[in-house]
Amino acid sequence: MARIDVTGLTAHGCRDLLAGGDASAVELTRAYLDRIAAVDGSVQAYLTVDEEGALSAAAAVDAKPRRERLPWEGVPIALKDILCVKGMETTCASRILKGYVPPYDATVIAKLRAAGLVFLGKLNMDEFAMGSSTENSAFQTTRNPWDLDRVPGGSSGGSAACVAAAEAPWALGSDTGGSIRQPASLCGVVGLKPTYGAVSRYGLVAFASSLDQIGPLTHDVRDAAALLDLIAGRDPRDSTSTGLRGPAGVPARAGLEGLRFGVIKEYLGDACEQGVLEVFESAVKTVGALGGVCDEVSLPSVERGVAAYYLIAPSEASSNLARYDGVRYGYRHAPSEDLYDMYVRTRSEGFGAEVKRRIMIGTYALSAGYYDAYYAQAQRTRTLIIQDFTAAFQRFDYLISPTSPTVAFKLGERIADPLAMYLSDLCTIPVNLAALPAVSIPAGFAAGLPVGLQIIGPHFSEPGMLDAAYALERRLKVDTVAPLAAGPGVSSAEGER
Amino acid sequence: MSAGPADPGRARGAGVGGGAGRDGWEAVIGLEIHVQLSTRTKMFCGCEVTFGEPPNTHVCPVCLGHPGVLPVTNEKAVEYATRIALALDCRIAKRTIFHRKNYFYPDLPKAYQISQYDLPLGVGGHLDVERDDGSILRVGITRVHLEEDAGKLVHAGGASGRIDGADYSLVDFNRGGTPLVEIVSEPDISTPDEARACVMQLRNLVEQLGVSDVNMEEGSLRCDANVSVRRPGDPFGTKTELKNMNSFRFLQRGLEAEIERQIAALESGERIVQETVHFDPATGTVSTLRSKEEAHDYRYFPEPDLPPIELADAFVERVRASLPELPAARKERLMAQYGLSSKEAGLLAANKPLGDYFEGLAAAAGDVRTSANWVLGDFSAHLNAAGLEVAQSPVTVDRLAELLGLVSRGTLSGKMAKEVFEAMAGTGKPAGEIVAEKGLGQISDAGELEAIVVRLVAANPGPAEEFRRGRERVLGFFVGQVMKETRGQANPQLVNELLRRHLGGPGG
Repeated sequence: MARIDVTGLTAHGCRDLLAGGDASAVELTRAYLDRIAAVDGSVQAYLTVDEEGALSAAAAVDAKPRRERLPWEGVPIALKDILCVKGMETTCASRILKGYVPPYDATVIAKLRAAGLVFLGKLNMDEFAMGSSTENSAFQTTRNPWDLDRVPGGSSGGSAACVAAAEAPWALGSDTGGSIRQPASLCGVVGLKPTYGAVSRYGLVAFASSLDQIGPLTHDVRDAAALLDLIAGRDPRDSTSTGLRGPAGVPARAGLEGLRFGVIKEYLGDACEQGVLEVFESAVKTVGALGGVCDEVSLPSVERGVAAYYLIAPSEASSNLARYDGVRYGYRHAPSEDLYDMYVRTRSEGFGAEVKRRIMIGTYALSAGYYDAYYAQAQRTRTLIIQDFTAAFQRFDYLISPTSPTVAFKLGERIADPLAMYLSDLCTIPVNLAALPAVSIPAGFAAGLPVGLQIIGPHFSEPGMLDAAYALERRLKVDTVAPLAAGPGVSSAEGER
Repeated sequence: MSAGPADPGRARGAGVGGGAGRDGWEAVIGLEIHVQLSTRTKMFCGCEVTFGEPPNTHVCPVCLGHPGVLPVTNEKAVEYATRIALALDCRIAKRTIFHRKNYFYPDLPKAYQISQYDLPLGVGGHLDVERDDGSILRVGITRVHLEEDAGKLVHAGGASGRIDGADYSLVDFNRGGTPLVEIVSEPDISTPDEARACVMQLRNLVEQLGVSDVNMEEGSLRCDANVSVRRPGDPFGTKTELKNMNSFRFLQRGLEAEIERQIAALESGERIVQETVHFDPATGTVSTLRSKEEAHDYRYFPEPDLPPIELADAFVERVRASLPELPAARKERLMAQYGLSSKEAGLLAANKPLGDYFEGLAAAAGDVRTSANWVLGDFSAHLNAAGLEVAQSPVTVDRLAELLGLVSRGTLSGKMAKEVFEAMAGTGKPAGEIVAEKGLGQISDAGELEAIVVRLVAANPGPAEEFRRGRERVLGFFVGQVMKETRGQANPQLVNELLRRHLGGPGG
């Protein structure tokens, strides 16, 4: 059996290897574990690598006759450490959940298990998904595989870096204000945030309940569509879930004839780097070349999106994160003088600075006397944003913008300046506030670093939106595998096998 | 929200009643009543609702507040809450939503309670409460809403019985997530007596709806009271929230103690502080906590994990149609259908099993008056004496009907029937068996009695001759002899007839 080269290997590619008998599930899984061993010392995408569990799941697949297997059985996947997996430590990259082992599977995990996927492990993130660089992890700093001195974006930075570094064929992330799309953009991979409600949130550790969605990070649009179909669906355990109206299927569109694309004017201002603008403008030309019609559109309310988001999301978070009190699971300061002392010390020591900042903002915004001025006002702004998008979709099939106003920034560059960090999600946040689907696809490079293009669709337009993304992806032909050598200090196991 | 001038509660003036008041003061009481619903499963997860099970045996990731879990509303609980709201004549919201009430406490796993805030399920209802003197107090119902219960804490060590000062505390989450309906009344109540009557009335109502066990001792019915006092005509005084009254007696005593405390404080020039006051049943006194946990800002906001509940007219009408006959309507019907007095009908309507017992007995025994007398008299006395519920009594409707049949056929005298009833209640045996065992049946067999009469007349020719000569008194001698022979069980009327026939009357 020839050694499997996982660099550039998509999930569809994995499936073909297994289906054609060119690799066993164990060989495929072993190849990814070897790749992790070779490069993760430099990338540091994984918090947990479940070698034993992955190999035994793969062996169980190999034991089944090929004709009895499900389509994706034996294909490996990696998971953001915000998804509860029964029996596998789930920390949200927080000290307060260190050692927490969920007694249940998230609905998406149960679906993937039933489909026979092999779980390689859990991926680093900003603590409780709060951040845009993954530097807010309590445990380690994940690096951008395109430039190890730069951030991978966040909060799903581990998921994006892992796919870009070929440490998994695909991964799941979560997106509350851009946490899938922004790191996908910075790491040069595809990131899809589904319509709110398309995918069950049961078992996704809550950050901001009205904004959170689970979604795929992949090498290409077809993989994203396939993974979406694996995880989407109404779930009786999530009363806010609706599922999709139809499967995304296999995107196959060649051109963009008959489609109207709105270019969001507000996103092309000063906050946007020149290099990013150039790549974006070139992508707009490509849309035209494929037969699509592009025109400028103004959504004035989106400029207040960041402000509204940083009231709504922390408000919900301040309540969602209150359960980490040291009583039932996770970190507890002991011994304590009394109940109050236990609460204060447990939470002061268990949470990191950014999480505490947002809990305080949210607590303040919901307090008596401030609720109307902050939380209620932010919700009114949210309504205006929804109205602006609704109006724009009267004229356009899809809206496009840069995913991130900048390319990947240097590690440590923005960590001391929360406001600069928050602006990383300028273009992505309004999409969550309006509950819309959006996908980021690699559009090119600026100074050697990936630049992503965001395509936003109306509610439940995923099949058409991914079809359009596929057509564009085929024409843009952007490489999604970082030219990463095995890093220093990594114990490569490759030679031994 | 002051009561109008027509309100009889206010018209009674200064008397606080129940022994708690002093001249010149009047109490203003509003109630907050929590009713634990008897749904099969909890409010937001599939765990069974239980009582008295080993700790933490009916729990799951959802009701333990694990990371990532989501609530799913129990539809049965919404239906039950709607029943309660409709029975209290509330307006049902077309669209109702849940809010999160945020606070830290170890018995609250998510550190927020899913409750309702500004869009509750029902608003603007009322409950008519019959006072001890038979007059009616209409208590306004501000709101009826749904929420989830907390777990139970057990504090070990420490003298306070509270979490501060305990060596350690244990949490049992079996109760956590049980559906609760909170009923908030207007401050329309003026005395502890009225408060007790109001809660009793509410308990009877909810019991008849079949949606809760409404047992105060087990905590399926819990009552807090907002209490203030004032000089009649003054604006409302500062109120306190009185908690921990887990029986009707404690409710009354707690209110009396708190009203007394407030009056004494005001009369000595102190101010009332708005705070939570705990009633201690052991000492009969009230005490305030004044801990740092008191300063609550619950930071209510709409629960983002649950979409609004749209209560369609068709749903509300279906629930309304399924309501049983409510006490007020039943009272009217009992008066009209059976000719009962207002008091009798009120007693039977307030206690559904007793009312059902009466109607069953009236149908089986055929005599309404006698049935009502028995049910409200001997039968109720027996229940009270034995501390039994209607369903627990060995004297079923059929058995009491059998007893009344023996009376109406002349087999038993009314006096004997009472004796037989006592035995039925005591032994659980049917009437016929007891009558046979004790030989209590009246001898109404003409043949049997005639033989005795013939024998006695023959054996006493002297007195017989006297009677025939017109000495009517002598008949009494013969009756006494018959009764002696039959140990008093002979039907007296029949004995008289037979004696006259065999003695041959004067001129007869």
